[in-house]
Amino acid sequence: MAVAAIPPFERFYEAHNGEVLAFLRRRAGRDRADDLFQETFLRALRAYGRLEHGDHLRAWVMTIAANTLVDAARRDRPTGELVVEPGGEDPLPAFEELAPLTDGLPPKERAAVVLRYGYALDYDEIGAALGSSEDAARQAASAGVRRLRKEKDA
Amino acid sequence: MTGVPATLDARFRAAAAATGELDVAYDVLDDTPVGKLLVGVSERGLCSVHFDPDPERELEDLARRFGPRVLRSPSAIDRARLELDEYFSGRRHAFDLELDLRGMPDFYERVLAELARVEYGHTTTYGALAARVGAPKAARAVGTVMNRNPIPIVLPCHRVVGASGSLTGYGGGLERKEWLLRLEGALL
Repeated sequence: MAVAAIPPFERFYEAHNGEVLAFLRRRAGRDRADDLFQETFLRALRAYGRLEHGDHLRAWVMTIAANTLVDAARRDRPTGELVVEPGGEDPLPAFEELAPLTDGLPPKERAAVVLRYGYALDYDEIGAALGSSEDAARQAASAGVRRLRKEKDA
Repeated sequence: MTGVPATLDARFRAAAAATGELDVAYDVLDDTPVGKLLVGVSERGLCSVHFDPDPERELEDLARRFGPRVLRSPSAIDRARLELDEYFSGRRHAFDLELDLRGMPDFYERVLAELARVEYGHTTTYGALAARVGAPKAARAVGTVMNRNPIPIVLPCHRVVGASGSLTGYGGGLERKEWLLRLEGALL
């Protein structure tokens, strides 16, 4: 199957910057979102020259945004203290809420669970972000959820 | 089109250029005396000046030549913008900009290097330029190089005219060639 060509960075940035900023504002609030926005796209820029194709760039940049959030949360709270902002505008669980819960999962299952339930990405996007297929992403997410239930019951 | 505030957008574009990670930073100068110009710079220097740019096509072209990290970043081209402004107002007769001609075929590079030596207010002919790169019969090929000059104005292909003195042709249109030669006092 033919893969998409890598668009000039300008096109990529214009196509996704609004969505990335909205996502970061929901997670981190308007004040902190600006810095995270810049960091997300600077990270994307650094990696952009190494991309091998232009498929799933939305999932790719959303994953970078999610990682940027996690790193910032770590920097801000090195003790791992959990802060959940009550009554956010977003119906999805905050990453801070989900991340510690999934700490014990194998990396791939954890990423699939977080991207699915934390960020509501579609399975094909998660697969793209993880470098696997849509089915594999679905299986990783459901295996992760099963494992979490088991741990909870144990 | 996007929901990003202008200040945040500008801040990112400047920061991106400052990292040195861009293959090309560019901006579009909207109202020069010769119309709209897209100006692109790489880490090595000025790499593109384009009349009447069609951004879609120009970006693809820059990405193909220099790499995909092509971003509009107005602050990155400040130096080129300033020198072009000075040139258009008649205050500058020679550009003091590094140029990036990567990927040009050898013949192009030789011709463009000779072209760079044609001084402000002077003209030469396609044939004379061909002779100066050691290919006296290649006037037509030199014409092709002029037509595809990636950095017009700064690499002054407008100073190259036909043997009869007629303006002959110009990638940016004859009107512009005439305007530039008049600015330089090479046409009365």
